[in-house]
Order: sequence, then structure tokens, then C-alpha cells
Amino acid sequence: MKLYCLSGHPTLPCNVLKFKSTTIMLDCGLDTTSVLQFLPLPLVHSTRLSKLPGWVSKDGMINLEKELKECAGRVFVDSQPEFCLPEKELLDLSTIDVILISNYHCMMALPYITEHTGFTGTVYATEPTLQIGRLLMEELVNFMERVPKAQSATCWKNKEIQRLLPGPLKDAVEVSTWKTCYSIQDVNSALSKVQLVGYSQKVELFGAVQVTPLSSGYSLGSSNWIIQSHYEKVSYVSGSSLLTTHPQPMDQSALKNSDVLILTGLTQMPTANPDGMLGDFCSNLAMTIRAGGNVLVPCYSSGVIYDLLECLYQFIENANLGSTPFYFLSPVANSSLEFSQIFAEWLCHNKQSKVYLPEPPFPHAELIQTNKLKHYPSIHGDFSTDFRQPCVVFTGHPSLRFGDVVHFMELWGKSSLNTIIFTEPDFSYLDALAPYQPLAMKCVYCPIDTRLNFHQVSKLLKEIQPLHVVCPEQYTQPPPAQSHRSDLMLELQPPPMPYRRCSVLGLPFRRRYERIHLLPELAKSLVPSEIKPGISIATVSAVLQSKDNKHTLQPVPKPATIPPSKKRKRVVEEPPEVLAPKPLLSGAVPLEGFLAMLHKHGITEVKVEETAEGHILHLQAEDTLIQLEDDGTHIVCDNNEPLRTTLRDLVLRFLMKL
Amino acid sequence: MPEIKVTPLGAGQDVGRSCILVSIGGKNIMLDCGMHMGYNDDRRFPDFSYITQQGRLTEFLDCVIISHFHLDHCGALPYMSEMVGYDGPIYMTHPTKAICPILLEDFRKITVDRKGETNFFTAQMIKDCMKKVVPLNLHQTVQVDDELEIKAYYAGHVLGAAMVQIKVGSESVVYTGDYNMTPDRHLGAAWIDKCRPDILISESTYATTIRDSKRCRERDFLKKVHETVERGGKVLIPVFALGRAQELCILLETFWERMNMKAPIYFSTGLTEKANHYYKLFITWTNQKIRKTFVQRNMFEFKHIKAFDRSYADNPGPMVVFATPGMLHAGLSLLIFRKWAGNEKNMIIMPGYCVQGTIGHKILNGQKKLELENRQTLEVKLQVEYMSFSAHADAKGIMQLVRMAEPRNMLLVHGEAKKMEFLKDKIEQEFSINCFMPANGETTTVMTNPSVPVDISLNLLKREMALGGPLPDLKKPRTMHGTLIMKDNSLRLVSPEQALEELGLSEHQLRFTCRVQLQDPHSDADTLDRIYTHLKSILKGDTIQHLPDGTVMVESIVIKVSSSPEEPNTKVLLLSWSYQDEDLGSFLSTLLRKGLPSGLASM
Repeated sequence: MKLYCLSGHPTLPCNVLKFKSTTIMLDCGLDTTSVLQFLPLPLVHSTRLSKLPGWVSKDGMINLEKELKECAGRVFVDSQPEFCLPEKELLDLSTIDVILISNYHCMMALPYITEHTGFTGTVYATEPTLQIGRLLMEELVNFMERVPKAQSATCWKNKEIQRLLPGPLKDAVEVSTWKTCYSIQDVNSALSKVQLVGYSQKVELFGAVQVTPLSSGYSLGSSNWIIQSHYEKVSYVSGSSLLTTHPQPMDQSALKNSDVLILTGLTQMPTANPDGMLGDFCSNLAMTIRAGGNVLVPCYSSGVIYDLLECLYQFIENANLGSTPFYFLSPVANSSLEFSQIFAEWLCHNKQSKVYLPEPPFPHAELIQTNKLKHYPSIHGDFSTDFRQPCVVFTGHPSLRFGDVVHFMELWGKSSLNTIIFTEPDFSYLDALAPYQPLAMKCVYCPIDTRLNFHQVSKLLKEIQPLHVVCPEQYTQPPPAQSHRSDLMLELQPPPMPYRRCSVLGLPFRRRYERIHLLPELAKSLVPSEIKPGISIATVSAVLQSKDNKHTLQPVPKPATIPPSKKRKRVVEEPPEVLAPKPLLSGAVPLEGFLAMLHKHGITEVKVEETAEGHILHLQAEDTLIQLEDDGTHIVCDNNEPLRTTLRDLVLRFLMKL
Repeated sequence: MPEIKVTPLGAGQDVGRSCILVSIGGKNIMLDCGMHMGYNDDRRFPDFSYITQQGRLTEFLDCVIISHFHLDHCGALPYMSEMVGYDGPIYMTHPTKAICPILLEDFRKITVDRKGETNFFTAQMIKDCMKKVVPLNLHQTVQVDDELEIKAYYAGHVLGAAMVQIKVGSESVVYTGDYNMTPDRHLGAAWIDKCRPDILISESTYATTIRDSKRCRERDFLKKVHETVERGGKVLIPVFALGRAQELCILLETFWERMNMKAPIYFSTGLTEKANHYYKLFITWTNQKIRKTFVQRNMFEFKHIKAFDRSYADNPGPMVVFATPGMLHAGLSLLIFRKWAGNEKNMIIMPGYCVQGTIGHKILNGQKKLELENRQTLEVKLQVEYMSFSAHADAKGIMQLVRMAEPRNMLLVHGEAKKMEFLKDKIEQEFSINCFMPANGETTTVMTNPSVPVDISLNLLKREMALGGPLPDLKKPRTMHGTLIMKDNSLRLVSPEQALEELGLSEHQLRFTCRVQLQDPHSDADTLDRIYTHLKSILKGDTIQHLPDGTVMVESIVIKVSSSPEEPNTKVLLLSWSYQDEDLGSFLSTLLRKGLPSGLASM
């Protein structure tokens, strides 16, 4: 059993497990941090961005002023933003049988894997994961396609040139594999390969392996996966949460007794408490509005935003913000808000029971109804006429490189009255802001990451007791910025097996058994004998049938009765057909008992001679020798086949047959 | 031999009060717990005294499963759990869990408040009963206990309707509840995988019907409504608040829109708005098309259909009214019917099945004079139309499901005996499986023949599969030999060698030696050669070796030749073999005793 690691990003994993002749991809996360190296894509022409100076090396040797622009001391690529894809060279993607998706953030690379690679397998995901994943992909494509770039920069990727660029561009990894966004056709085609599954549904793969998604508590429809045969169990834990937010709570008990647990998607903010961050978020928001400023919240269109809106729903009245307009801008804003209301089965108990009343599970329905929250597909159209300030705007993309957020950065960045509040933990906020410097607006960093922290995960592992843990290497040492915090890493016995991009790990497994079914007729024909107290054995002679990785044993068919042959003479010379091999023998033949048995069969003239190992019996009338020893019996008998077979059967009576 | 028992307490050769007991692998499961619309006495509920004469049912049942929210499938639930007594788990899907208590409460109100019955379950009992409900998700495998697992499949029929698979070990039963094999305007079609249950328990409401195309039925329906409205008549459509009502609303709504019609459409209030709200929240349970477009346009927000008020019934002019309940046995639909029955301009359209004893059933059978309470009679002059819009599978659909699930046995419930008989014959003919149709209280027993799961050592399996080759010879199957070790409930199949080793046993060697005298005027070496050639010609399938040390080996049988200098032509052959080669050894000793053929050339 092997694990191929195609992504080095611990929260956007992409691993491939080879297990019992099946090849299973676990998630296909897309590392989007690469877009931070690019200039933002403005929705309306930005003179500031277009006037940025091009970059020329200090000695004037390299001139990339068309491709690279400088802003506040940093260099950015002026091109369509590109993403860092999972490794494609480590194994042939067309051999992948199935892809298991754990949550909608971890499937964004799906079109790169399933399209134009020869992939012919099936993708498994829950319904909310599919629907919201689709929205996020459509949004990404929309963001990119509505502001196309005429030129695309490629020269800077040349290894010889990249080496001479200023940091952090110089240190960007795998730039040759970076790709621009996929098309909507690719998204549709990739998602058409998804088969929906429910929590605790047992899905059989080729009869060899069973996979089961379990609630992971992190987002709508998010799941961990169990991959098991009758004897081996691998748990794949990705993006799990023990906090009570909107999703169904994490199912922990089903993860117990795993041979191997693959652990990914822990919190990226191990020192930030989500509840505290939520408090900071509200108070900063209120402060800015009261001072007459606007609040910009760069966010994904699904996920934490539901919790933020719910928090605001309770906060607005108390904080006297009832008249402040809240805007949610995204090409999929409406869909995201609508979809969140129809997945009652996937929500926490509290929200679930609301549907029984019947009421919508999330209070943002009421915010929309009372016109406190308004959503628009983009800044164009209705929004431009409805827009009132001061206001709060939720919009994407959290990287600040594309989407409507770019417009608000340009619009509000110059006033210190305004505030940008970062809640998504995926991007460093300083890097995100770099191409907008110098900035006058206030920046508040309240990253809300509800995924497991190190304290929670070590408690969880103690509870579920996996034999071995595999995790990204980042989790086996403290974060680089806090190298003294040994509590911010995994310490386990035996130590976890770390992986990095392009690792191939052999997992510590020894498969020893397989499940087989005895047909009832065969089972009935078995004759068990007790050889030790509580242990019985039975010899089994049967015909093996293997189909679709399922094995059954059938009784040996009775040989077809051969019609009586006319050439009777030849029959003797036909060698015997061996139907069943003879069993192994065990035990010993006791002298006294054997003599008594011989006597009973009319063999009375026996001379017994003692030897070093046992006895030699001389059957004088028959001129036959029987050598009896503890671990063997030797019958020497000439010219008397009937006697020999009688003696054989008598000996066999004393022995165990296996 | 293991067996599965099925006993209907209700819905055996009947429609109404569905309640089926299943015993499988030592577990007892109750499938549905419904009431009968046609009775007002004891026969209204299933006869739970079948399970136990006195005391609570908890210790006799491992779980109760409700297939959908129709009262003939869940109407007796509070009575069973709170009045007879049952505290175990009750499983149903989320939509059923949401809607079922509302219908129960409505039913209770009609029975207690309007008809004044006592000794009926109370509102509190409904609440207490619902607390015992565990929600089921589609395709989720729910472990009721260590051995019993259940899984729900989509059934169409009404919002949240499910078929359930019940499994203990390798034995399983599938219960369909009510289902529909064709998608309609708001629901999808039932689906199940090839799960090969020991018994498929299927409803058979439309066992003999093969319905014409849905499109025709819809066109007929719209035409009749349209004609009646055009001539100023009123149309009454008795429905249950949830289910067909939404389907017909969508149908009329789109028709009204397309034809730009002005006559009002009403829906009796109370449940309706709430009901539509449920449909919006459980949109994932509706069909593909509605799910796809719900963000742009929610099909359950109707423009033309308004809430009904009792006083509207006397308004002049045409109108269309949807009113509950669907079988005209009580409530508003009956009230309106009594007002409108005397006018031949009006029309009543019965869109669903009516059980015996209800007014719906009577007028459908053409009865023109109805006896009401207080010895009043009612003349039925309005037009009575029946249009099957019930979302039940027809005969074709039932056969289709059998093909999908491939059951080993079939059992019919929820239908009329005569119709079942017909379908039973058809199923037995077409699929050559047994088909049962027990009456209420009658037990059907089906023997199962489960295979025995065993752990086989991977070494043994791999060795065997390698020997078998890629394409096994079907005419000459290979026999595999192993030892089954039974210890503490575990069954392991290993090679005999491994078994010896594991059990700490030593092997006992049984050997045979046989001397055969032979007249052969050749040198010893030549005789051995001749033996080798002779055996080679006879034993085709065995390995025969002529070893340099002056022996011939046939498999593991050793053959040596010696002679005394006095009689060089009398050869003594020494054969020695172990028990494992007994058959061959015995054969060889007999064969060689007969001497060597004279024409044999030495090599």
C-alpha cells in the first residue's frame, strides 16, 4: 500500500492512495496562494495600476518591464493570475479509479485532474459539497473571464531569469506548472463525473474496498472518509471542526481502530481563537460604521460568511446598526444564500429542527426579507443605483487579486475612515495588501479558522487510537515564526510519518487475510473435530471462484459418471485421477491401542521389537513390518495390497487429518 | 436453516393501515404503522395484540420504520407508541419527520374535536411520540444495533417517501412503502440498486393497471377543468394537503398562466401555506428540474392559487377548489361536496385512490344517492370524474423495480386481493421467483441460505489463484485444499502446513514400502530405463524423473531396482511413497507387479 503526495499545501491536500488494486485520490485542492504574485485585475480601468513602473534588473541586463511591475518595493506579474496545480508527473492520472472529495474548498483543482488527462473514474462527494463547490468554481471562472488580459507573461518563469528576480518571486516554487483558470466547460464536464453520497453511506469499489464519508463538522456537507477492506482500515481526516457552527457535528467514533490515519487540514491559525476573532470582527465593524466609514470584508461566497451573517443578525440591533446597509456581492451570492437554506439534513441539530417548524435554518433569510442584507451579482447594474454609504460589503476574492473586492480597494483604500477586515485564513493579509500600498484605510486581521487545532487533534487521536498517523511535514515541527511553541506540532508515539510534495510513502501494512464465502452446501458438508479445548478444525476441499474481487468456495462437483467402458482391460492401466490431495497427518499411533486394533482384525502373530525411536512390529504370518515412531509410521508390505490398505486405514484411525 | 418471517397486521390484501412485521436474523422490525380511512372503530388501527396480549411492545420490537407521511402509513403511530407502549427507535426521513406530526394533529382534531371521539391519542402524545423519531438520510447506512442495519432509498410518491433495506448479516429485506417509478412535475422516480434482497415487499395499489401516458392524463384533466369553468361550473378537487396537491397546483398554475385564465383557484387554508413552505425547504427531495431552477424560480410559490375561505363556497360563478381530505370522508372537502353535489354544472375530480367505506369510494362506484348521518340523503348530480394522479407504481413500474432489485422472493401488500393474484402470477412467470400475498395476521416464512463468511489466509488464496491461472477451466475445476480453524467465534481458512504450525502440532509421516519381483533379462540399469519408458507412456500428467543415482521418481515416489548376483534376471523393485501420494503409489505397485511389456525398448 502506497501514498503518493501531489500537494505540499497542508490544508489543500491532494494525495493518492493505492490500496488493494484500487487507486484512490483523496481530495484535489488547488493552491491559490500563487495569485499573490500577480497584479490585481481591476473591474474598471485603474490609472494607478496602469501607471506602475515596469521592472528592469539593477544592472539593466534583464528587462521585463512588460511582464513585471513594481509597487511599493515589490514586484508583481502583470498577467492573468495563475494557480499552483497538484503534481502531475508523479503518477499517471488516467489510472485513478476514484476521487474522494472531503469539502468544497478541497476540490477546486478537479477540472485540472479530470479533464484532458485521460481520467475515466468517478468522483464521490456529498450534495452540498458538489453544489457549493460548483458555485465557487463558477465564481472563479466568472472573476477571471469578465476581465480578460490581452497578454500573458511567461518569460519570468524561465529558471535562469527567475533566479535573478527579487523575492518573493524568486522563491516561488514550481512556477513552470502554474496554470491559468479552467473554463466553464471544463467545470461542467468535471462535475458531471461526480456521484453523490450521503454520510455513513457504504460505497463498494470494485468489490475490493469500501469507502464511507463521515461528517467532519467543518462546512456544509464536509466529510472525512473511511477506506477499508474486511481487515484493513485507513481513515482520511481533512478539514474537521469540533466547534458548534452551522454544519452537522463531526463523527469521531467511526474513525476508531484505524490502521493508518491520514491527517490533513488542521487550522492555519493555531493561535487565533475563532470566538475571539468573531468578537473583534463585530466591534471593529461597529466602530468604523459609527465613525462614518465603510467596512470591506473580503470573503469566500460560502462557509464562514453564513456564521458572520448570523452573528451580525444578533449584533445589528444591539449595536444600533439597524439602518446600515449590508451588501453581499458575488456572481453566486444569491445561489449561495438560497442553497444554504435547503440542506437541512447536513446542518447542526439546532438548525435542523427549525425546518420542522417550518422556518429557514439560517437567519440571513430574515435579513434579506427586511432589506438589511442585499445581494448583487456584481458592482455593475442594480448595485450602482442602490449603493449607499457608509455600508458593509462582503465580497471576494479573499486574495484581493480579482473579483469585486479589487474595485472597493481602489475606491476606499485612500481614506482612513474605512476599514478592511480579513476573516479568511488562506492568505497572508500583508501579501494580499501589497499591490495596494500605500494604503490609508485601516486593516484588521481577524482570521476565523474553525478547523482542528493541535490541542483538539491530540485529544482526538488519543480517543480514536490509530496505529499510524501520516501528515504533512509542516505538522511535525512548530510553525517557522513560532519555533519555540512545541505545543503547535504533533507529538505522537510512534511518531507521525511526514510527507511533502512529491513524497511516495510505503504505508506500514501487512495484509494477511481476505474474506471468502463458503457456500451453504459446502459449509454443511464440513466435519469439524475438536483438537484442543475450544479449537476445532475441519479439512476443506473445495473449488475456488473469484469474481469482481469476491471469493467463494463451492463444493467439489461430483465427477460425471463415466459410462461403463467396453475396454475393461485398459481401465486398470488408467492412472488414478487425484480429485483431492491427501490431508496432512498429525498425532501419534499408540502401541497398545494399535496392537488391540490389529488383534480385532485377526492379526494376532505380532512380534514387537523396541528401538531407540519407537517400536518395530513384525507381522510374522504376513511377512510385513510396521515401524511405529512418534512422528512417523512406515509400513513395509510386499505383494499383499489388501493387507496394506487395511493396515493403512488402521493407522489413519489414530491420526488427525488436516 | 435461517428463515425470514413476514406478517402484515394491516395492508395484507388490503389498502389502508399499513403495518408489516418482519423477523430477520433474530430481529423484529415493524414497517409502517398506519390507520384505515374506511373504518371508525377498532379496525381503524392495526391489531397490536398480535405482538403481545398485554404490556408494552418495546421488548418485542427492535425498531419501527415509517416509509412516508400519509396517514395510512403513520396514522396509528402515536397510538402504538404512547397508548400501547413502545420506547424504541422510530426511523423516518427528515421531510416525513417534519410533516407527519402536522397531519397526525390534523387527523386528531377531526376525530376528537369534530366527531367528539374520546379514547384517542392527544396532542401531547403526538409530541412524545415524535421525540422517539430518529431521522434517516437517503443512502445512509444506519446501524440500529451491532447486527441490524437499515438504508433508505428514494421512492418518489410524496415528499420524503422512502423505500428501506433491512439487513442482518447477509440476509436482507426491502420494503418499498408507496413508490412511483416515473418522475412527475415535482418528484423524481424511485430508484434502488441491485441489492438482491431475500424478500422484496412491494405495494401493489395499481397491480393490474397499466396507465396511459401521463401527458394524456394531464391534458384530459385540464380539458375537463377548462370546460367546466367555461360553462360557469365549479370544480372540486379533493386532495391530501401534501403530495398530489402540489403536483396538481403546479399543473393548473402553468395552465392558467399559459391560457391567461381568470377564474379563481383556491386551496383550502391551514396546511397549505405551511405545506408549500416545506416543499421549499426540502427542495433536495424534489425532481431534478425543480432543484436546478429553484434559485431563479421556486415552483412552490404560486401566483394564481389563493387561500380559500369557507364563505367562498357559496360565491356565484366558476372556481376551482382544492380541499382536504382526499377521500371525502370528513372535513372541508366533504362540506363543499355537499353544497355543490346537487348542480349538474359542477364537477368533482377524484385524483387519487379511495378506500372502501369512504364517500369518495361510493361516488366513484356510481352511487347516485348517498345516505348521510341523521338519515339524510344526498343526490349526486354533479359530474364525477376519476383521474389517477396517485403517484403509485403501476404494474409496469412494479415489474421494473423487481428487475432493478433482483429479489429472491416477492411479497405483495397494499393492494386488493384480486389484483394481487393477477400480478403474483405475472411475477412468478416472468422472474421465476416465489411471490406471496399474505392476508392480515397471516405469516409468510421464507428460508434463506446464507453463505458462511470465513477469513482465508492471503498466502493460500494467492497461491490458489496463481495455480488456477488467469482463465479457470470450467470443465475441470481445481480443488483447493485447506484447513478451517474454528476458535472463539473466528473462522480462518489456512493451508494445512500453516494450520499445523499455528496449532503447535508436528506432522506425522506415514510411508509405505513395497517390494515387487519381476523377471526381466536385462541389466539393472536397463530395467530401470525400461520402467522409466513404460511409466512415461502411461502416466501423462505426472512428473517422472530418471535420477543419476539410479532411481526413478514419480512425483515423490521412489523406485529402485536391484538383483542378486545368483539370479540376475529376477529383479527386485523397491517402491517407497508417502501417504500424500497414496493413490499413485498403490496404482504403481499394482501396475509393476504385472511386469513390463515385452516390446519395450531400452533407451
